[in-house]
This record gives sequence, C-alpha cells and structure tokens, in this order.
Amino acid sequence: MARRVRPGRAGAALVIAMGTLAAACAAPGSNSSQPTAAGTSSQSAAPTCGTAPITMSGYFETGFPLAKDLTTEFSKQHPNVTWNIREDQFAVITQNAPRVLADNPPDLMRLPQVSELVKDNLLKNLDGYAQSFGWDKWPASQLEQLRLGPGGRPRGEGSLYALGLNMSMTGLFYNKKLAARIGMTTPPTTLAELDQALAKAKNAGLTPIVQFNGGATGGLAFPLQNLMASYGPAAPINDWIFQKPGATIDTPSNLQAAQHLEKWIKAGYFQKDVNAVDYATMMSRFIDGQGLFMFNGDWESGNLDKQMPGNAGFSLMPPAQQGGKLAAMSAPLAFGIAANAKNADCAAFFLNWVATDKQARTIGVDVGGSRPMGPADAYMPEVAADKVTAGTLAAGADIAKNNGAMDFIANATGAIYAKSWTPNLQKLVAGEQTPQGLLKTVQADYAGQLAGN
Amino acid sequence: MARSVTARSAHRRPATTKLRALVGWLFIIPALSFYAVFVLRPIALTFQYSLYEWDGIGPSTWVGTANYGKVFTDPDLFDSLINAFKLIVFFSAVPVVLGLAIAATIRRITESRLALVARTVLFLPQVIPLVAAGIAWSWLLASTGVINQLLSLIGLGGVTRAWLGDFATALPAVGMIGAWVLLGLCTLLLLAGMSKIDPALYEAARLDGAGPWREFVSITVPSLRQEIAVCVTVTVIAALASFDIIYISTQGGPGNTTMVPGLQIFYLAFSEREVGTASALAMVLMLLVIACALPIQWFAKDGNR
Repeated sequence: MARRVRPGRAGAALVIAMGTLAAACAAPGSNSSQPTAAGTSSQSAAPTCGTAPITMSGYFETGFPLAKDLTTEFSKQHPNVTWNIREDQFAVITQNAPRVLADNPPDLMRLPQVSELVKDNLLKNLDGYAQSFGWDKWPASQLEQLRLGPGGRPRGEGSLYALGLNMSMTGLFYNKKLAARIGMTTPPTTLAELDQALAKAKNAGLTPIVQFNGGATGGLAFPLQNLMASYGPAAPINDWIFQKPGATIDTPSNLQAAQHLEKWIKAGYFQKDVNAVDYATMMSRFIDGQGLFMFNGDWESGNLDKQMPGNAGFSLMPPAQQGGKLAAMSAPLAFGIAANAKNADCAAFFLNWVATDKQARTIGVDVGGSRPMGPADAYMPEVAADKVTAGTLAAGADIAKNNGAMDFIANATGAIYAKSWTPNLQKLVAGEQTPQGLLKTVQADYAGQLAGN
Repeated sequence: MARSVTARSAHRRPATTKLRALVGWLFIIPALSFYAVFVLRPIALTFQYSLYEWDGIGPSTWVGTANYGKVFTDPDLFDSLINAFKLIVFFSAVPVVLGLAIAATIRRITESRLALVARTVLFLPQVIPLVAAGIAWSWLLASTGVINQLLSLIGLGGVTRAWLGDFATALPAVGMIGAWVLLGLCTLLLLAGMSKIDPALYEAARLDGAGPWREFVSITVPSLRQEIAVCVTVTVIAALASFDIIYISTQGGPGNTTMVPGLQIFYLAFSEREVGTASALAMVLMLLVIACALPIQWFAKDGNR
C-alpha cells in the first residue's frame, strides 16, 4: 500500500492544498474602528426601560443565584421587562467572553477581568450613564477597579466600563467551636496573635488553616495577599494590579509576607495535601469542622450561615503592628453591557436599580452576602448579629473607613494567575521555590506579559 | 495518484477510463469535501494563525516564525513537550507490555468463563468516558482515597500522600490513569491477533521442546508484529495528544509538573488569548505526532515483507 502513493507527491499536494486554503484568507482578526462617542453621551434625563414589552438578554454565572434573583424581582416591579438568561461556570465565561460579546452581544453580562475586553472595544463605556444616574457621586473605591484608561491600561482610572452588583470582601473565616477549644474568644488583632492562635491549634491537633491550592487554582494567593496587606500599605499592591508604570510586586514588605507564608507552610499550618485540594474540597472541609481558619470571601457568608449556623465567624486580616491599617481584597461583582447591546439603556437602569432599590439591596445582602453598591448612606437591611453575614458587612464598612480595598493579585493580567501565581505557589508548598524566587518570577512574568500586550 | 493511473492506461481505452476516473472522483467528493472543510482547512488556518500575534478578536500582527521560536525557548512550553514524551512510558510501554502478558494468559484459559470475565473487565475502561475515569481516579488517588486507605491497611501508611498533588508523583499518577484506560484496548487487539496464529506453529514448537516462554518469544510476539504496531501507534498518539484525563485530574498542576501540550494549547488560546503561540504549539505537536507515528508504521510494514 505504501508503494502506491509516493510520499513526496502527496506531501506536495497537501502543501498546495493548505497554501490555497490559507491564501484565501486575510490576516485574522478585525480592525474594527473604535465605537464613536455617540453611545456614551450624557443624557439629560436618566434612561429607563420604558413601558413597551422588552426582552433583555443576560449571560450570568452558574451557582451564584444573586443575579437571577435580582432579575426576577426586577420583572415583578417592571412587568414589561422579561429576561432571557444563559448561565455558565465562571471559567467558561472567562474563555467565552470576547467571542460572546463580539458575536452575540448580551445586554447584561457577568464579566471576567476586563482589560482585554476594553482593549478590543467589546464593552460599552458607561461614563454617560454614571453621570446621568449619579454613580460618580458614590464612594470612588466602588468604581475604581472598573475604570480603565484608553486601550485598557492602566486600570484604576479613566472611563467606567462595568458596574458591580455588590462589593465582595475577603478575610479570615473561623470555626467558633474550634476557636473555643484553643481559648480564642475574639479574633486576633495583630499578626503575632494570629500566629499564636495557629500554633495553639496545631498543638491541639487541629488543622490551623484549610485552604485550596490544587490543580490550576493557587488558593494560597489569598493568605499571601492578606499577609502583604498586613506588612505593607495596600496602594502599591493596587498600582501593580492596575498595571501602573513602574509598579513591582517584588518589594521588601511583600518579601516579608512571602517569607511569613513560607513559615506557615513549613510549620504545617496548612493540610499536607493542600496542593491537591480544590475550592469545593476546602469548603466542605471547613463546613465539616476540619480546620480552624479559612481565607475566603463573603460570597460564602450566606452559604456558611445556612450550613454551619452560628458557628462561623469572620475577621479581617490583622495588621502586623497593633493599630495598623486594615486592608482586604475587595472587588465589585462586575457586570457590564456589550458595546453592541440592543437594550443598553434598560441594562444601565437595572444596574442602577440594583444599587438603589430597597428590595434589591435586601436581596443583595440576603442572597449575595456582600455589601451592595451605592451611596454610602443608602438603605441597609437588618442582619442578625450572630450571622457571619453581619460580620462581613461590618468588615466592609471598616475597609471603606481605612481606604483598604485591594483588587486581587490574580487579576493583574489575564494570564498571571494560571501561568505564574499558581505554579509558583504550588512550588513554594513543595519546597521547590523560595519566597524571593516567587516574587522575582512573578514580576518577570508580569513584565513579559505587559511587554507582549 | 489517480492521474498516474489514468496516464498509464490512456492509450488503450481512453474514453471509458476517463469517465471511470470522473465517476470515481464524484464518489469521493462528499468525503473529500468534509475532509477539506473539517480537517485541512482548520490545519491551514492554524498554520496561518501561528504566524501572527493575535488575541482572537482584535487586530493581528504578523510576527513570522517568532511564535515557533517561543515554543522551543519558553521553558513552560518546552517542558510540556517533554512531559508528553514522559507520558509515552505510561500510555504506551505499560499497556503494550502488560497487554501482551495478559493476552497470552487469557489465551491459555480461553475456554473458561474466567477469560470472558477478564476480557470484559479489562475492556471496560474503554467504554467509560475519559472525564468520568479522570474524576473517579482523582477520588481514588486523593489523600483520603481508597488507594491510601489500602496502603495504610497493609502497613504502608508512611508512603501515603495526595498522589495528584505531589511534585514527584503527579505525572506518574496521571500516567497510570492513562495506562489503565489503554490497557483494555491493547489487550483486546493483541488477543484478536493471537487467535489468528496457526496452532500448528505452537504444536511444532512444543514438539521441539519449547516451553511457554520460548513459545511466547519465538512465535507469539513475532506473529503479533502488526497488532503491536497498531497498539504502539494509538497509545503514543494518545500520550502526545493527551488532554481530558489531565484536564480533569490535575489541570496541569502542581507547579506545571503535569502540563502537556494539549492542555497548554487550550490555556494559551482560551485563557491567555495568545492564539498565535497556541497555534504554533499545535502545529509543532501535530508534526511531532506524525514524526513519531510514521516510523512505527514503516517498521511494522517492513517486517511484513
């Protein structure tokens, strides 16, 4: 059989076939012009959803019912609006975002990291809406992370391209029963006190911290960034995340933080198999009472109140020095409007409603577990004091007072988490990377990714 | 190829042959068009993308062969290629060697009901979707999974670990999942091949005083040359192009120790939006697969003549 076809000729035929097919196409990608400013001009009257029947298309995240619950309530108050909602897991949304926004633009969409989307002109500039609805009068920290310069860089300033449904907040969850066993009645107020609690837990045979760090999810970035905020100010970390010129993650105080994390690893404060633990396993272990502390965010508050009622506590990461500034990873649950969305006005009206309507804010707290967006003096629903949700909401107020909100170090670039933080944190656990090497490697990857952009 | 056939017989019956050739082409047009649209065109497009720097949406920049340079100089990308070759040991060597041994054993007890049970049990992994296999094995290999429980039970509690989360064991652990999946396929193929071997050969060998080992080495293995070649080809390709098992069980972690080209291409294209680099790596992977598979084919055929 091999004799019938001379490989040379078949190969040549293949090359020719491929050549013709390739030659038929121009360079990939569009050179579409920038959307004109017309879509973003400020209106004198704030836009509404009108009174005519209207169907809004939404693209939301599976497993987090908040967005859908809000749309249901919205339709109750505005019966002319119906919703056509598609849901996917966040990882899928991240992978699909550019194509969906380009080919099938939704009116409202849960957004991953937005820099690239802005660079490709896929998101509507919300400056006009911000002006007409008065979003620009809200505390600036709520919008900061969603502002981008021209072409998507730097982040943290410039035009508004998305809005949060709420402001999530991260810190230390703890198991109250286990805390009582080691004599911890109030959460630690300094890093030294936290270290003592961890050591006591270890001596008592408890797992001091349950955390995830397996597969493609470097969950030790949570304690690492909290330690960074404990040792140093939050602003330089934000500058790095926002890709401000000259920003670096390789600073003396961040090195102290990474060394502290290594100390925790070497002391056995994390489970031995932390490099094989995924997020779901961490949650089930914490709920099951298998660990004293867990670094996580308030999107789990409602869940923890349900699964371990009265037994979960929340505290912000304590500062290294007594009375030092508090800081936390805190980010808006970002939703945006596609650049070519059909019902952009109604979507903007919905986002404003989420932040200002009494009923919507109540749903935001009950279902979302986080502080809703909106003016500082806006209505807040009552939450029972023994609920962990009350703890996370109070922490949100503290962070606002300290101006200590940071974005997540995993959001600095599209690839930094998967490509750099995760493998290097896993290596740190395995003793194959040093704290200094971790920061240097991540900084080098960061610089390379920015240069490549 | 068709043209050369036409040319050779042209001076005898020109009209009929031409018509026949035309009809022949008509018959393969449906298959050919599918092949062109779903195989050739994507390959051509991938090759084209590999010459550009492109995020999948916006404007693209021509970069020539720079992406190929990156594949061989970026340690992350190059290491994933090395990992793929390490996986060949588990995906190919283990199933083929073990498959030969098992097939030889089953052949000896071919009349008994046990042979049927063994065949079914061994082939079962082929029927299970790889995603399900990956999930099941990640439970088995977890720190509290069955494998560690068994080890503790027999007094080997000291070696228990999270097999998929340990730098030293993650790649072998993933490799064992692949070996488990592919063992059934190899066993069945080899068993089918064995049933074709003329029993007289074995009889003659036995008369000459050959033991079971001698029979296996001198008759079974040489007669199975083609089947072994098919097994090796299929499993080598499975190793080089592996994706599902690793995506489910480790996602390339910990610390990139189980990163393979298939997964790397996926991350590059859909998470990091470096479509050019992803395409270049895909082209390199395709050429590597061809470079590995063709020699095996030639080897099998040469032995046939």
